[in-house]
Amino acid sequence: MKTYDAVIIGAGHNGLTNAAYLAKAGLDVVIVEKNDYIGGAAVSRQLENGYWYSSCSYVCSMMRQVIHRDLNLTKHGLMLVPYLGTAAFGENGQTLMAYTAEGPAYNELKRFSAHDADAMYRLLADLDRYSTLIRKTLLRTPPDPGSFKPRDIKELMFLAKTFWEMGEAEIYEYIRFFTMSAAEFLDDYFENDFIKATMATPGIIGTALGVDSPGSAYILLHHVMGDVDGTIGAWGLARGGMGAISNALAGALQEHGGEIRTNAGVDQVLVKNGKAAGVVLENGDEIHAKLVVSNLDAKRTFTKIVDRDDLPPGIFERAKNFKIRGSSGKVNIALDGLPKFNGVPDNRYINRGGQAFIGSMEKLERAYDDWKRGKWSSDPFIESVIPSAWDPTVAPPGKHWMSNFIQYCPPQLADGPWTPEKRDAFGQTVIDKIERHSPGFKDLIVHMEVRTPYEIENEVGLTEGNIFQGELTIDQLLFNRPFPGYAQYRMPVKNMYMCGSSTHPGGGVSSACGANAAREILMDLKKPNTVPEDDCHDTQYNIF
Amino acid sequence: MTLNTTSSEDRFAGERLKRTPFYPRLKELNLREAWDEWNGYKFADHFYDTDYEYFCIRNQCGTYDITPMQKHLIEGPDAEAMLNRMVTRDMTKLRVNRVTYLCWCDDGGRMIDDGTIFRLGEEKFMLTCGSPSNAWLAKSAVGFDNVTITDITDDTAAIAFQGPVTCEVLKKMGLEGIENLKRFGIMTFPFEGETMIVSRTGFTGDLGYELWVPAELGLKMWDKLYAAGEDYGIQPVGEGAVNMARLEAGLIMPYLDFSEALKTVHYKHDQSPLMLNIGFTVDFKKPHFNGREALLAEKEKGLDYILTKLDIEGNKVAEEAILYAEEECKTEIGYVTSAMWSPAVKANIALAMVKPEYLEKEIWAEIYFYKELRPYRKMAICTVRDKPFYMPPHASQTPPAIF
Repeated sequence: MKTYDAVIIGAGHNGLTNAAYLAKAGLDVVIVEKNDYIGGAAVSRQLENGYWYSSCSYVCSMMRQVIHRDLNLTKHGLMLVPYLGTAAFGENGQTLMAYTAEGPAYNELKRFSAHDADAMYRLLADLDRYSTLIRKTLLRTPPDPGSFKPRDIKELMFLAKTFWEMGEAEIYEYIRFFTMSAAEFLDDYFENDFIKATMATPGIIGTALGVDSPGSAYILLHHVMGDVDGTIGAWGLARGGMGAISNALAGALQEHGGEIRTNAGVDQVLVKNGKAAGVVLENGDEIHAKLVVSNLDAKRTFTKIVDRDDLPPGIFERAKNFKIRGSSGKVNIALDGLPKFNGVPDNRYINRGGQAFIGSMEKLERAYDDWKRGKWSSDPFIESVIPSAWDPTVAPPGKHWMSNFIQYCPPQLADGPWTPEKRDAFGQTVIDKIERHSPGFKDLIVHMEVRTPYEIENEVGLTEGNIFQGELTIDQLLFNRPFPGYAQYRMPVKNMYMCGSSTHPGGGVSSACGANAAREILMDLKKPNTVPEDDCHDTQYNIF
Repeated sequence: MTLNTTSSEDRFAGERLKRTPFYPRLKELNLREAWDEWNGYKFADHFYDTDYEYFCIRNQCGTYDITPMQKHLIEGPDAEAMLNRMVTRDMTKLRVNRVTYLCWCDDGGRMIDDGTIFRLGEEKFMLTCGSPSNAWLAKSAVGFDNVTITDITDDTAAIAFQGPVTCEVLKKMGLEGIENLKRFGIMTFPFEGETMIVSRTGFTGDLGYELWVPAELGLKMWDKLYAAGEDYGIQPVGEGAVNMARLEAGLIMPYLDFSEALKTVHYKHDQSPLMLNIGFTVDFKKPHFNGREALLAEKEKGLDYILTKLDIEGNKVAEEAILYAEEECKTEIGYVTSAMWSPAVKANIALAMVKPEYLEKEIWAEIYFYKELRPYRKMAICTVRDKPFYMPPHASQTPPAIF
């Protein structure tokens, strides 16, 4: 029977990136995927004729452009198009437009508060500074602070130097920043509640924290540190939907001779003499390989597909307690036409960008309260974008689809398990809220895909439907991700690695986890490194 | 004495730029008031945002007002012979309803301008180019009795309509059979009692067409095109966006990559088509044409510089960079003519003049860039590219893939 050099479990974007780099380095690799389609959470699916939903992830700003360039993803069909202009909806008909040009954006903020319009510049400079630091670490393996290996010491020195360059005062601010709530962080800048709420929402997306929870300030940064061609905070749409990213990575993988097997869910990792030796598929087939890379989240990897007896003591418990709480839902809606929103002028720019249904700081925190009680938010925060307004390939001409990301939606309900009826009731809550800001919206609906954490877990395989493969709190970041001592992509079983978002630098369609893991694997195999160094743009201001 | 006269009289009329037939629509859409000029016409650098407009070209469709581009009709029994004497390509090979890209040179083989020639009939050609060419055309026609040359720039309204969905939009506009039009082909359609010429040409490297009608029908064509493009993201694009697209396509731009020979003071500051790496437009097999001997001699002797496509490491744009043979900047081997960060291929790209003998060796760019007003310097290694940086398959397909 054939023995591959490597088998990668899970054809999400990080698994594909990892496989592509291993194949590029000359390894004989196969990637196995439980679904009959690839992409994991970076996927485009046609569930209604002519409409292509980005079913899970829907926008992209962290994709490492150096990987895009290096793997020639444009040749494999990838084009990332930035979208502009978001309309935010507050209480009592308030709207706040994120205009593209600096002057109009400033004027708009000034309608609410002259103070806050000025303060926005300071916030952006501060976020820029903080994110510059993090961005430098994305395509690097975190150092092990307890190790005395020259490599770890060198990497610790790099971190210390980068940190020190910010200046002493900023270092204290930065440390505070990691433990603050988004609300506390923003209190230092803004007086207007609606502006504060608008800026706070990136702090709760995908996380089981509220705007007042310590740690949400970092989540905010994680969401705004990305860029599109150097415009920090900008978001891109993949032409053809997020699946275009996975498809392009798959193209690169195949170009280098890699193999992709779908309908091939893994039942168990084969471990022989303490070393990973392949996988057993759900259908009983075995795939033998010299090393095994799991793109599944840490909890799933060590509690579901690795035999507890093959693990060193304590790992199973750590994995079981890995913080990976589902908190988000997704409602994808096919529309008969472009919706119009209250207070938003119907022009080709502002009405073609995103929508954020926010309310107020208090509403955001109350939405979180519902989640804590095992209910979906009765008045949720919804972040939306209409990709078809920008991308001619994802809906028929004149028709549209709207991606709605919902915070919060729990993986388990207080009143018993999720049922199709409860799922639909959740979807109803979402469209009721949109309808309040867009009269006639419901009449435009052609088809809906409602996804609670239950569907996300069962279809994609993300435990509890957590979009980051594990919370992005400081106890689970950098050298603590996923567990202390195992942050360098090598796992407690010999010849086994992890390459998913459970590893540094965490969630987001960045390809960084997969690429970093490939670099470590090649190092262990004593092969020349083919994973490029990062290439962050010097950033430039972008309001919002 | 008062400063103002009657309101009906514009005392500054002579100072103001001409307006193209599309101006009533353009001024509404130019939210940023970002105007530039081209051949005496008011002309947009951008309307909303250069990057946004660039992505319209790459992702949806954009309209670029090419009215200010010069258009000359050359007609008569001697038209073919006259042009064949003037331009570098063999005009006898250009069939009716086809377009070709070419250039013309002075006696020294230095390039005066590049452009396109449309063969509209056996004895009817249209030459388009960036700068006015009336004087040179007149000079070139000396000795050809049966040829008339007419400048139709001001009488023609023209739009370059570029992007992956353009064919779909033109189909919706009612241009039957447009999907069968091949690259550099011409079709004509009746339009409001006149004729609309549609050519599958452009300056973006993407799928695209150019639409030509008499000036007085310009607005009607605009409105019809915009009605058809409503659901396809149609958007006016300015020079900024087109300049980005053309560089990704590896196409040269006057005043950036080349200096027009007739306007150049120093002979070392203009270029020959061979230096500009458009030698494919020079046909030595045909009999005498302007600059032939000089170009042959240059070919024999070897070029001083050749325009080269560079992929430069990192993301610091190499604008105005000098090129060296080594990181220590000892041997100067060339200079960058245009450079940008390419959003389509995520690469740091440039066109540069490089001494040919160094093409196979290391090429280093000395790049200056700014961070918050402070200049920094960086040496970056360059890789020579043979093909255009961005070459989407739909640009050359017939019929083009839908989207």
